[in-house]
Amino acid sequence: MNPITETIDDVGCGRLTLSHLDTLESESIHIFREVVAEFERPVLLFSGGKDSVVMLHLAAKAFWPGPVPFPLLHVDTGHNFPEVLAYRDRAVAEKGVRLEVVAVQDYVDDGRLAERTDGTRNPLQTQPLLDGIADHRFDAVFGGGRRDEEKARAKERIYSLRDEFGAWDPRNQRPELWNLYNGRHRPGEHVRVFPLSNWTELDVWRYIGREGIALPELYYAHQRDVFERDGMLLAVGPVSQPRATESVVTRQVRYRTVGDMSCTGAVESDAVTVQDVVIEVAATRLTERGATRADDRISEAAMEDRKKEGYF
Amino acid sequence: MPVTQPTLLRLATAGSVDDGKSTLVGRLLHDSKSVLADQLDAVERVSRDRGLARADLALLTDGLRAEREQGITIDVAYRYFATADRSFILADCPGHVQYTRNTVTGASTADAVVLLVDARKGVLEQTRRHLAVAALLRVPHVIVAVNKIDLVGFDEDIYTQVASDLATVAFDLGLPDLVTVPVSALEGDNVVDRSARTDWYSGPSLLEVLETLPVADDPSHEEFRFPVQLTLRPQGAARDAAHREYRGYAGQIASGVVTVGDEVVVLPSGRRTTIAGIDTADGELTEAFAPRSVALRLAHDIDVARGDLIAAADHAPEPVRDLFATVCWLSQAPLSKHSRVLLKHTTCTTRAIVSAVDGVLDLDAVQIVPAQDLGLNDIGRLRIRTAEPIAAEPYARHRRTGAFLLIDAQSGQTLAAGMIGDPLAGEGEHADDWDI
Ligand SMILES: Nc1nc2c(ncn2[C@@H]2O[C@H](COP(=O)(O)OP(=O)(O)O)[C@@H](O)[C@H]2O)c(=O)[nH]1
Repeated sequence: MNPITETIDDVGCGRLTLSHLDTLESESIHIFREVVAEFERPVLLFSGGKDSVVMLHLAAKAFWPGPVPFPLLHVDTGHNFPEVLAYRDRAVAEKGVRLEVVAVQDYVDDGRLAERTDGTRNPLQTQPLLDGIADHRFDAVFGGGRRDEEKARAKERIYSLRDEFGAWDPRNQRPELWNLYNGRHRPGEHVRVFPLSNWTELDVWRYIGREGIALPELYYAHQRDVFERDGMLLAVGPVSQPRATESVVTRQVRYRTVGDMSCTGAVESDAVTVQDVVIEVAATRLTERGATRADDRISEAAMEDRKKEGYF
Repeated sequence: MPVTQPTLLRLATAGSVDDGKSTLVGRLLHDSKSVLADQLDAVERVSRDRGLARADLALLTDGLRAEREQGITIDVAYRYFATADRSFILADCPGHVQYTRNTVTGASTADAVVLLVDARKGVLEQTRRHLAVAALLRVPHVIVAVNKIDLVGFDEDIYTQVASDLATVAFDLGLPDLVTVPVSALEGDNVVDRSARTDWYSGPSLLEVLETLPVADDPSHEEFRFPVQLTLRPQGAARDAAHREYRGYAGQIASGVVTVGDEVVVLPSGRRTTIAGIDTADGELTEAFAPRSVALRLAHDIDVARGDLIAAADHAPEPVRDLFATVCWLSQAPLSKHSRVLLKHTTCTTRAIVSAVDGVLDLDAVQIVPAQDLGLNDIGRLRIRTAEPIAAEPYARHRRTGAFLLIDAQSGQTLAAGMIGDPLAGEGEHADDWDI
């Protein structure tokens, strides 16, 4: 029999209590199954980042022994870490799922989007994302957002209704009661679904460790050529070149999030294994976004504004 | 010895404006070291900009731009903090705008409600109302933080009076085990550590209370309920050849324990069978309990679909089409505009008609008063007729299978949070009420 039937002696009174990670896992699996049962065309946003990897892992568990019953969608900024793209393609092949890609580069090439002066492409993802959703008529879109990430996200529902512009209206959200999710929507509207809403960064790492989930290598400490900009360590690459005043040094680093390579910072770290990372995250003094995302530092409401426009 | 692993406790806050809710939540996050350096920097910076002498921890729970501009909280926000033995999800419910709607939302999933009372003001009408909502939603634990104890000079008599008034209200509402703690959210007394300034108080600090509460009802004392979400029948698409013939019913155990070999009944059809297997992607289990998500295999090849309930054969609910229910109305448009609705109960959605309004609950007097209609934030008694039979049971005994939503079929809006029967009635009193 399987060792995962653990009976926990909760506060010493011999009750049957599910562990914290099992409770979160079961809640997420319930959400995946509800969406598949009630929506016609769900899709999972997949970047190869750890949250999307954990989502895919949970989806595979929810429908076992069947396949994952929906495709993946990658909004490709064109500013990728090569090892993340390679990981993405491996994961897709392994799970036997279909991958759709919408590329920011196509929009820049034909002039639908203009490159920003700061060169970052995270804010340019919204338009291709919304077009991808509309073109494929996706009605439920799984996102890896967590409520612990940021204060606008703290108010997000698990099912978040979006109008035909993809907009989030924080003042007019449906109340979410018990575990009864209301996914009714009108033609042209869709629902963003966040199965990891209640997970924290530490939970995600503990789960990755417990389940033995493989991640792109750059989540673990490695030697890399970096330069410092705005207090962040940026990798040297095709889209992130140091300016004359910025000197390149080789450091032992890892990434806490992966995104647009030109604005995603590395942190100095000795964490080579999952267990090391769990210890590091538990002890860390900076939020995930504060440490590594240049674009969220711009203003206190940066994320809120992007979400209202239909961002992830 | 069983392994000790951290458990998860869901909390909801409640309190009137200015009782110190934001300060308390900020203090819990701060003192449990759940606030990170960059967040604290931001709070210190903003506090300085506003000319404050010290960091205002209430700013940690600041949310959206409109909220910062207007100095109010618009919507339920979710916060996360953890101690060595337990992780907490805290639904931070605003105290004023849409009070009932937000508190009902937060309380619906909560294992415990933390209510704030200002020690100087004692039990107010608002306090009664907060406690009534907690009682109505059958939140297992209610903890009252008697706040601003520093402003009454850490006076034992004042605290004792407030605590005894609270106990009286709790008794009237049938709330079991109300816990009260004297705290100063601002200065930290009895929030995380016990305070030397309340040496007359020998009980635990607020965080100690939260760390030692039982998480939920013990599944081994509950009846087994399993709403079917979908059928897993991969056929040719199975991940391995051995599962081509697989047929399992996927769902999350709503209550109780299930063991291979248990006799069960599938509702509403009433067909009986036994549990042939309990599956997860990690392998088979011999036993599973709420709230685990599993797939069940049944011994007989009977017709089972989404919306059905698999229940313990000897304690199963009776499927009905006529319901007596208590609802909290959540929509701007009154009930009269929505007499034809959709009703979502577990995984079953059916058309329904509101056949009668019996009255509205006066939360202050905790009494039903006659009414024709329900408006936003009203709690009312309704009779509802459904198109399909549902395996309904009293909310007072089954929080999961006794709850439902009313939904507007056109707009898709959630109109009401519903509880079957009278959640405030003691157990056992409900049985006769509800086929009226
Ligand atoms: N002296 C004292 N003041 C407090 C305490 N808790 C909160 N306050 C103050 O009461 C006011 C309202 O607090 P706040 O947390 O914003 O209340 P909320 O509206 O319930 O969120 C603020 O000025 C706080 O500094 C306390 O324990 N002692």
